[in-house]
Amino acid sequence: MSSRDQIIQAIQKVKPDNQTLPEIPEFRVPEDLLATFILSIEGNKGQVVSKEDFSSWLKEKGYSKILSNSDRLEVSNLQILPSDPHELAELELAILDGQWASAENGAIWLDDTQLRLRAIPFITEHLVITIPESNILGNMHQAYDKIGAAHSSFGVFIAGPSKTADIEQSLVIGAHGAKSLTVVIV
Amino acid sequence: MSHPSKAAEFLKDQAKSHWHDETLWFVRDKRDKISKSIPEWENLRTLASGLKDYVLNNLDSLLLDFEANAKKNGIHVHWAVDAEEHNQIVHSILEKHDCKAIVKSKSILTEECHLNPYLEKRGIEVVDTDLGERIVQFLQQPPSHIVLPAIHLKKADISKIFHEKLQTEKGNEDPTYLTHAARLHLREKFLKAKVAITGVNFGVAETGEFVVCTNEGNADMGVHLADVHIACMGIEKIIPRRKDLGVFLRLLARSATGQPITNYNSHFRSPEPGKEIHIVLLDNGRTRQLARDKFKNSLKCIRCGACMNTCPIYRRSGGYSYGSTVPGPIGSILSPGIDVKKYSTLPFASTLCGSCSDVCPVKINIHEQLYEWRQEITKANPDLAKGMSMKMASGIFTSPLAYKISGSLMRKSLKALPKSIIYNPLNVWGKERDLPNPPKESFKEWYKKNRP
Repeated sequence: MSSRDQIIQAIQKVKPDNQTLPEIPEFRVPEDLLATFILSIEGNKGQVVSKEDFSSWLKEKGYSKILSNSDRLEVSNLQILPSDPHELAELELAILDGQWASAENGAIWLDDTQLRLRAIPFITEHLVITIPESNILGNMHQAYDKIGAAHSSFGVFIAGPSKTADIEQSLVIGAHGAKSLTVVIV
Repeated sequence: MSHPSKAAEFLKDQAKSHWHDETLWFVRDKRDKISKSIPEWENLRTLASGLKDYVLNNLDSLLLDFEANAKKNGIHVHWAVDAEEHNQIVHSILEKHDCKAIVKSKSILTEECHLNPYLEKRGIEVVDTDLGERIVQFLQQPPSHIVLPAIHLKKADISKIFHEKLQTEKGNEDPTYLTHAARLHLREKFLKAKVAITGVNFGVAETGEFVVCTNEGNADMGVHLADVHIACMGIEKIIPRRKDLGVFLRLLARSATGQPITNYNSHFRSPEPGKEIHIVLLDNGRTRQLARDKFKNSLKCIRCGACMNTCPIYRRSGGYSYGSTVPGPIGSILSPGIDVKKYSTLPFASTLCGSCSDVCPVKINIHEQLYEWRQEITKANPDLAKGMSMKMASGIFTSPLAYKISGSLMRKSLKALPKSIIYNPLNVWGKERDLPNPPKESFKEWYKKNRP
């Protein structure tokens, strides 16, 4: 007998009577979604800038190796998207468009459509994600309602920069992935 | 070696064990604060528990759905009855791709299977990429906590091993400096690896996708740069629907570290063009545990570690005292299911205070199961479970006269005895605690005098 059949049979041998699948009710969401979202992002050690302030923010940072897949922000002197993500090892800034965000925890959903290369938000030194204010939802249940039916080959909720506290519980930003996350509200 | 004797080892360094205790309590406190910021917290726990009940009762059909959907998405699905088969499967994939070096992100399951030594014996370099796991790997130690693998170490220990392995400045103990040194070191490994291994937090039957949560981003750095992604998953990690992730992701990080969500929550549905994803579904005793009515719901565990952070025994005895892959309260009900002889002392490493059950995000009745395991173990082998002091107690409780005399004797002797006897090494439970002041008379004596 195959291992698969062996495992399935062992489960079926002790299978109890049918039980119904619990439904997930609607929970109350924060009233001021934008304010809650900003607090969440800041709590996760990210930062939020407005669309108006973005170009001065970018100028001040002075990054030279920038990749953008954004349809929402205009940035010049961009790198060309390579076919091999290893070529992004020196990338300083990636700019991506987020689809939906959850105010309660700052999580922003992106999938293959925005990423194009899955490695981008992780391998880049710094990350910018845009999100329209109207796409900020209350909580994760609302977020999954929006993305539930979409067939994303890969999708990710990003809520902050890469971080760790593995050395004596001291928080350090920039473990392996992006050393900063800047969310631009558009 | 038993839990009490290993705990005694840990307690030798009093300053360090005190720090351990306080630090984990701090994490527990963060969990309390953030859970109270969500009015529906208790509803979420009940929901999660109900969803997991459904999973355990329908595991066969959910696994088959998951397999069918994953295959439709172009994922290779493998099944392993035990650790040996799991390791063989992983190794055969590596051989097929002629791969000699892999990067691995945190996976308690591969620890359970002892995958690292299995692969290393076959000439494959395994690099653990979670910072805490890399640290303990350098020291050739297992993780001491499932979420905080290096919580038993001080920064001086880490500075020393990094100086040796990564040539960091001698004596530089700055966590930021050390973390960024590890970042550079691991980046090289990420860029070279052809195969990456991850664990799995949740597998979704409805879509055939699986979800991996990290804060460091190490799982994603590994898999998106590699050609092949091998995801190792216990069969109990299945959930029915995509929307159920909303419940579990709200609970997981809040329970684990007191943060609202992990910073990266990646959903893998099909491979990137030209690449491969493999899933290895592992039983390794899980179906046996499923057949044990009293213990089956230990399989609901989502590996948040909250029960460890809150446990007065874990905090004061350290992860290594358990000698099992998963330590702490949940480990003490999972491990005897795997090998009851080897782990016979673990269900006794508890005060049965119930704090573990109170914080569990999927409402596992951990302390009740600890009690049940004690019954099983004592029934199976009366000598196995009892330490010296327990044996003495059982002699006293079986004779009413002995009980009466011993009570008055104890009240007198607690006052008279020097601490050296109460805290005698034979009395493992006396270590590191103070006994209460004994009352002058027993309840029985008091009742005799005061009854109306």
